[in-house]
Amino acid sequence: MQRTTLDLWVGIFVTAGVGALFVLALKVGNATTVNASDGYHVIAEFDNIGGLKVRAPVKSAGVVVGRVEGISLDTRTFRANVALRIDKHYPFPKDSSASILTAGLLGEQYVGMDGGGDEQNLKDGDRLKVTQSAIVLEKVIGQFLYGKAAETSAAK
Amino acid sequence: MFGTLSGGLRLVGRRTINAVWRMGAATRFMGLVLLRSGLSFRRFHLMIDELHFAGVLSLIIIIVSGLFVGLVLGLQGYETLKRYGSAEAVGTLVALALVRELGPVVAALLFASRAGSAMTAELGIMKSTEQLSAMEMMAVDPFARVISPMFWGGFLSMPLLAAIFSVMGIFGGYLITVVIIGVDAGAFWSQMQSNVDLRNDIVNGVIKTIVFGAAVTAIALFEGYDAPPTAEGVSHAVTRTVVTSALAVLALDFVLTAFMFTGV
Repeated sequence: MQRTTLDLWVGIFVTAGVGALFVLALKVGNATTVNASDGYHVIAEFDNIGGLKVRAPVKSAGVVVGRVEGISLDTRTFRANVALRIDKHYPFPKDSSASILTAGLLGEQYVGMDGGGDEQNLKDGDRLKVTQSAIVLEKVIGQFLYGKAAETSAAK
Repeated sequence: MFGTLSGGLRLVGRRTINAVWRMGAATRFMGLVLLRSGLSFRRFHLMIDELHFAGVLSLIIIIVSGLFVGLVLGLQGYETLKRYGSAEAVGTLVALALVRELGPVVAALLFASRAGSAMTAELGIMKSTEQLSAMEMMAVDPFARVISPMFWGGFLSMPLLAAIFSVMGIFGGYLITVVIIGVDAGAFWSQMQSNVDLRNDIVNGVIKTIVFGAAVTAIALFEGYDAPPTAEGVSHAVTRTVVTSALAVLALDFVLTAFMFTGV
């Protein structure tokens, strides 16, 4: 008799513990998002990636369609090669473009994909040529100041 | 002058040698525990008893502390994040803090003081009342019959307790920020889900709890087995269990965090 009540309590404990692990995995974590195995890889070349990090999301129209898998510098062109893995459920036309955007004012940076009009879709290993780099604040301010200076000197 | 100096040096030397000796003894002890753990898997009710002792009896303190830690995290996080207009991110904050750090560490500290100290006391008193020697006289191996079921019971309970702690904490954070303060429930969960990663956060947290469970249980059992067979010796051993396992958990946490969460 003693044995069975004890077994019951241990059973409740183990069930609660394993249940808690499942809650953590399914409700708290994102186990259901893009799977690592199925997807295709494309490489996007950027002049400047700003603060983009590996594992940053790739979004199209706000929907997460993939992840950044790797970032490297091409020492011939001195442009950044960003390897993107895109879920195989989302085919993109060959002339799609990628840009580096920021979520919110202080948010993290992500890659935005805009679909093009080509009839052929991107395949594994393709390169995206049309890209827009991250906005680097110093450069924007620099351009603004140059513009202002040019305006004032023209007005004189 | 010279006498006190050499005396001090001798003391340091003795302490060091003693510490190294105990380290070796602990390693040999753990080797024996692991080698003779076959019986605890064959006679499963031995392990069920220890799961009850280490796990079920620790449930109340784990659930209540988890809830309160979550309540505090939610409240503090909300007050700070509100200033930056991102109160919804409180779900992410609570979940990441609990899953990565607080869940494993606080659960391990509670486990050390609730179950670890009890294991040390039980084993120490078994030794001082010569129950362990009596078993050996009857050709019952105390390692197989008593110590390794205790180890496996503690080892298996710890990840489950920490998971329950984290879930209760997240529930506490939900309770205070969504139900009481009125943060949007959808944003709370969706921000949490988009920022907590299964592999990087949850699995790493579970790995931490497994390491902590092994460390705390091993320390508790060794201190109990190694305790001088007197009332005072057992009481010192219990104190040492709590202190050593707290230090071990915090130090291991630093090492594991350095491995897991730095870099990319």
